[in-house]
Amino acid sequence: MDVLRLVNLGVEVSGRKILENVNLYIQKGQTFVLFGPNGSGKSSLLMSIIGNPKYKIYDGRIIFKGEDITYAPTDERVKMGMGIAFQNPPKIGGVKLIDVLKHCAKLGGTEDKIEEFAKLLGMEDFLHRDLNVGFSGGEVKRSELLQLMLLNPDFVMLDEPDSGVDLENIAIIGEAINKLLERDKPAEERKKAGIIITHTGHILNYVDADYGVILYKGKIVCMGNPFDLLKDISEFGYEGCVKRCLRRF
Amino acid sequence: MPEEILKERLESVGIEMDPKKRSGSFLLLDQDVKSVAKFMEGLEIMPIKRALEKYDWLEDYFWKAVKVKDEFTKEVEEDFNGYFIRALPNAKVEIPVEACLYLSRVKKQKVHNIVIAEEGSEINIISGCTSHPKAMGMHIGVSEFYVKKNAKLSFTMIHSWSEDIEVRPRSGVIVEENGTYISNYVLLTPAKLVQMYPTAYLKKNATAVFSSIVVAFKNATIDMGNKAVLMEKGSSAEIISRTISKGGRVIARGHIVAEAPEVKGHLECRGLILEEGEILAVPELEAKCPNVDLSHEAAIGKIAEDEIFYLMSRGMTQDEATATIIRGFMEIDIKGIPPALKREIDKAIELAERELL
Repeated sequence: MDVLRLVNLGVEVSGRKILENVNLYIQKGQTFVLFGPNGSGKSSLLMSIIGNPKYKIYDGRIIFKGEDITYAPTDERVKMGMGIAFQNPPKIGGVKLIDVLKHCAKLGGTEDKIEEFAKLLGMEDFLHRDLNVGFSGGEVKRSELLQLMLLNPDFVMLDEPDSGVDLENIAIIGEAINKLLERDKPAEERKKAGIIITHTGHILNYVDADYGVILYKGKIVCMGNPFDLLKDISEFGYEGCVKRCLRRF
Repeated sequence: MPEEILKERLESVGIEMDPKKRSGSFLLLDQDVKSVAKFMEGLEIMPIKRALEKYDWLEDYFWKAVKVKDEFTKEVEEDFNGYFIRALPNAKVEIPVEACLYLSRVKKQKVHNIVIAEEGSEINIISGCTSHPKAMGMHIGVSEFYVKKNAKLSFTMIHSWSEDIEVRPRSGVIVEENGTYISNYVLLTPAKLVQMYPTAYLKKNATAVFSSIVVAFKNATIDMGNKAVLMEKGSSAEIISRTISKGGRVIARGHIVAEAPEVKGHLECRGLILEEGEILAVPELEAKCPNVDLSHEAAIGKIAEDEIFYLMSRGMTQDEATATIIRGFMEIDIKGIPPALKREIDKAIELAERELL
């Protein structure tokens, strides 16, 4: 069964169309990588799936675990098993990271894992800090992954987990993503699925994704082996890569 | 008056009446002293009138820290009751002393309190001021605090009034050499009017920290702030406020005056408007000599949509997310008070949370 189905999805922000006729089916156990130039709509796609109210769906449907969630509020989607790590989360003064982690752990049934996961991501010293306030780029990414690991979602969305992260941190982040998506288990045992946005493709050195998709000017234009796509993108640029894909279709 | 109502109202402002949790206790009901108790050596607690009979030197402490005589303080001069709390030299009264002023039937509750932390002493006081649910009237409270050399006094005041109460506290603090005064003020329930401007006068190397968390509900006017006068070298003051308007009007004042060199002062007022209301932030810095370090920051805003969405993406409902953000806004890192008092502040915030949504 498909975990997530995007059917003819069209999305607009303040009256401007930013995604058009997007169709994407993702099954249990599958990890997708979403490529695309800046402004192509990658983040907007994840925002629409998780239900950010700024993103208005003017066409199509989002089906999650067989249920139509096109207009469901974000927290309901999360309670159904979605989770997202943001690229640039807001800073919230006075709200402690530990309090949000406890909330995530309660929903994810991982209350006994807070310490273990915080240690894995090197975030033990941040638990009583204000949420994202004064965090470095890498710390933000690790904090996002820590919240997600505790939330323990069936469908994981990661918005550029590798951007602005130094080499030392990227291995830790790769390990966390593999745990989140059960990439450390044999393929037939994996129950989790997800989409990872990557601009640079660095994360592919650590995470063995199944499929790659290129989003270009608000539309899905290429789909294939993520490593082949990345090679094409680096060789021909997005425009060249897209032209080659369109010829193939 | 039913005892349960009284007990419930007292608990809402941190008054426990429990000898295990408090080192002393004082309760003024309207204009009469209802109970006084002391559970610890090194501490004196008694009605102000009895203290005046006992100590003839106490006269000298009257109208010394509170200098302004206005139409309200004049009324207190004519007729008053109140408490006298004193930590004897070098006494360490860590377990909080509680004092409660309860307004029930009188038109005007007129109070004059004196608190003295003698040399080298330490004392923590929680003062809860509250009123009967349907009471109408005015509370005028003159409070004078004297922190002697090397002494430390923390004063946590929780107010919980009702819609028809006017409150005009008049407080002054004199902090002698190396003394520390810490004030925390919490008002998270409706009131008709609260108008106050506690002022601290700081001598050599003395410190004062004022923190306030205030909510103005519909039809309320809250005009409050703190003033610190840095009179001598090495003194410092910090004035921090978090004000929320839930339909009411807030004037958040702050004034630091540097009268001597090598002093330091910081003002921070942040406001949050939840519903149609008004917040006026008036931070003032005044330097009367060179070599001083004064700063301020002021900001007024609303709850950001992206913050609510972010917390909802962690599975919180919209209400839970909003409450979490408001709670975070009210979170001030208060240093120098015992955990028991921090808990009382947290409790007051928790009680208010539902009203704020």
